[in-house]
Amino acid sequence: MILALVGNQNCGKTTLFNSLTGSNRHVGNFPGITVDHMVGSVRSTKDCEVVDLPGIYSLRPYTQEEIIARDFILNEKPAGIINIVDATNIERNLYLTLQLIELRVPMVLALNMMDEVHANGGTIDIICLSAALGIPIVPISALKGDGVSELIDRAVEVAKNRVLPSVHDFCDNSSPVHRCIHAVMHLIQDHADRLELPSRFCTIKLIEGDSDMVDRLELLTNEREMLEHIIVEMEIETGLDRNAALADMRYTFIEQAVARCVVKPQESREHLRSLKYDRILTGKYTAIPVFIVVMCVIFWLTFNVIGSFLSDLMSKVIEALSAAVDGALTNFGINPVVHSLIIDGIFSGVGAVLSFLPVIVVLFFFLSILEDTGYMARIAFVMDRPLRKIGLSGRAFVPMLLGFGCTVPAIMATRTVSSDRDRKLAILITPFMSCSAKVPIYSVFIAAFFPGKGALVMIALYGTGIIIGLLTAYAFKSTIFKGNPVPFVMELPNYRIPSPKSVALLLWDKAKDFLQRAFTIIFVATVIVWFLQTFDIRLNVVADSADSMLATLGQCIAPLLSPLGFGDWRIATALISGFTAKEAVISTLSVLLHTSIDNLSTSLTSFFTPLTAVSFLVFTLLYTPCIAAIATVKREMGSKLVTFGVVVMQTGIAWLAAFAVYQIGGLFI
Amino acid sequence: MTLDELKPGCSGIITSVGGEGALRLRLLDMGLIPKTRVTLRKVAPMGDPIQIQLRGYELTLRIEDSKNIVVREECESV
Repeated sequence: MILALVGNQNCGKTTLFNSLTGSNRHVGNFPGITVDHMVGSVRSTKDCEVVDLPGIYSLRPYTQEEIIARDFILNEKPAGIINIVDATNIERNLYLTLQLIELRVPMVLALNMMDEVHANGGTIDIICLSAALGIPIVPISALKGDGVSELIDRAVEVAKNRVLPSVHDFCDNSSPVHRCIHAVMHLIQDHADRLELPSRFCTIKLIEGDSDMVDRLELLTNEREMLEHIIVEMEIETGLDRNAALADMRYTFIEQAVARCVVKPQESREHLRSLKYDRILTGKYTAIPVFIVVMCVIFWLTFNVIGSFLSDLMSKVIEALSAAVDGALTNFGINPVVHSLIIDGIFSGVGAVLSFLPVIVVLFFFLSILEDTGYMARIAFVMDRPLRKIGLSGRAFVPMLLGFGCTVPAIMATRTVSSDRDRKLAILITPFMSCSAKVPIYSVFIAAFFPGKGALVMIALYGTGIIIGLLTAYAFKSTIFKGNPVPFVMELPNYRIPSPKSVALLLWDKAKDFLQRAFTIIFVATVIVWFLQTFDIRLNVVADSADSMLATLGQCIAPLLSPLGFGDWRIATALISGFTAKEAVISTLSVLLHTSIDNLSTSLTSFFTPLTAVSFLVFTLLYTPCIAAIATVKREMGSKLVTFGVVVMQTGIAWLAAFAVYQIGGLFI
Repeated sequence: MTLDELKPGCSGIITSVGGEGALRLRLLDMGLIPKTRVTLRKVAPMGDPIQIQLRGYELTLRIEDSKNIVVREECESV
């Protein structure tokens, strides 16, 4: 049995999902839908799966996410819907509920954050509200886990017995809207029955002017004229146009139900607290300084304090492990080629990458805190105006920030950007936001050439990426992506303390993902590189890696990189391996230079000057994203040609930027 | 007057919601319909967008888009 979890954004949907499923979840794929859904088995109930649909405000196909959610319910026909509603913001949340009820699917309403309502002196009469809406209601606190098991029991019961919502009408019997709806329903009943669609849902769609529905129902010309006539009559009588009249009908119904069943709390403490925080966090003079400080602190903590401490610890452990295995293998007298594969290939390659796991996890930790507390929405609010200048909305800022963690989820997060145009533009420039997989490369070069100036160099690099991204966006805005950015209508949720469980699960997902990549893509890349480097074309073990197969390949590319100041074949080879995953640049370098990660920095000083190091860093910052990111771009853009264009464009920009750094820098040094 | 012309801290009652297409539908869905009371909370640090309060929650929209919403001023704070 499949249950769909539907609700507004910021209503605790993900917390409830985590609470229902624990770590028992996977990314599910449903036919006909190009998007991944999180699917989890419910812990307490057998054969019951919950699908976490994107957070939406309405079933109108306005954003990509709304289309996904609507199509899932209509096409996949889940056995039931769990509609999660934020009790502290009940009016707007119930708007979606009414639309879901129209779909005629068994559903249960999960009234979340009831503890907050009570704490502020409010009450909600569950029986009264349940009767008004015609669906069962279970009060819960997703954060504390209260009521969650009762919720799932009710949902399973309702789905098993196919209990449909018992209320159909959301309007006064005497109102013009009511007459209009019934007249239209009467008109199309046969068509809807033939297609086995809920007639009321079809009616509402027709009144809203959904031309898709007109075609689907195959209405005759006279029926279409009749339909238009009925609607126009209603518009004249109500003095509202069709869409406003329907929205008015739903909100009026909700207001009446709420007036009967809900004792509204005083202005809630959480809300007042949010307003107080906002005085500083989005204040006229304080907002931007605070934002810059927050970002700097996050970067400083990630790269100079926590992350680097944990990374050092991790690389020491790996070093010790490697030494122990090395000793054991030597004592055992194993074949020197196998010994080389294990120690020089696998241990130094995968080990080098693994030691950066802590930095990535710490960065994701901070990003998820920003998102879950509600501060991300404030960033969008503050940054909307400058982003508009380059043709984007404040919404696009959040995915771009995520790009500092990993390009793949960042590009996926562009789904929250409502217009297709903004979304594509955001996808194109997100790869310029330096992802955390490039951090290992920066760290090693900083240790070698700019010791003690880590934070400064990092900020300069990240800044360069941002500036190039903005320039690119600006160029696109005035060429391919002409036209205005779309509306920006966004909720500013109350600040909340994130649920430790949600944060922990997210970090676990990220760490797992990284480890999987480390032991699959990077492992394979490391072994291939080791193989190419250890053998020559005749498959003889080479004494000097300059005779190896890899040298030959690197030598072909190296001349292209000479104008940038790093024409060595080993560097060219490392950059090629970075195509599989950016971390591999460092692992390849350490394999090619016959050195461990601790000594890599020292070895690099004989290949680079500080100037060529900067040129190299700029090139790595900007050149083509890794395979995983390219695959994501392709999926989101839906075009191979565009994706290929992205790769070529980025590599071209990287080459030009590094060329400029090296040539102009050379004039001064 | 339109929504953006309210003074920060002042309320108004919506009398009509204009605009077209996706923007208008989104405004309606978010509860910005005639007879609803809205309060202009603040203007973003860079002068756009604005933050408003309605139906007990906070919403942000751009000045340009808020010009579609006509309100009758009911300023309590002065």
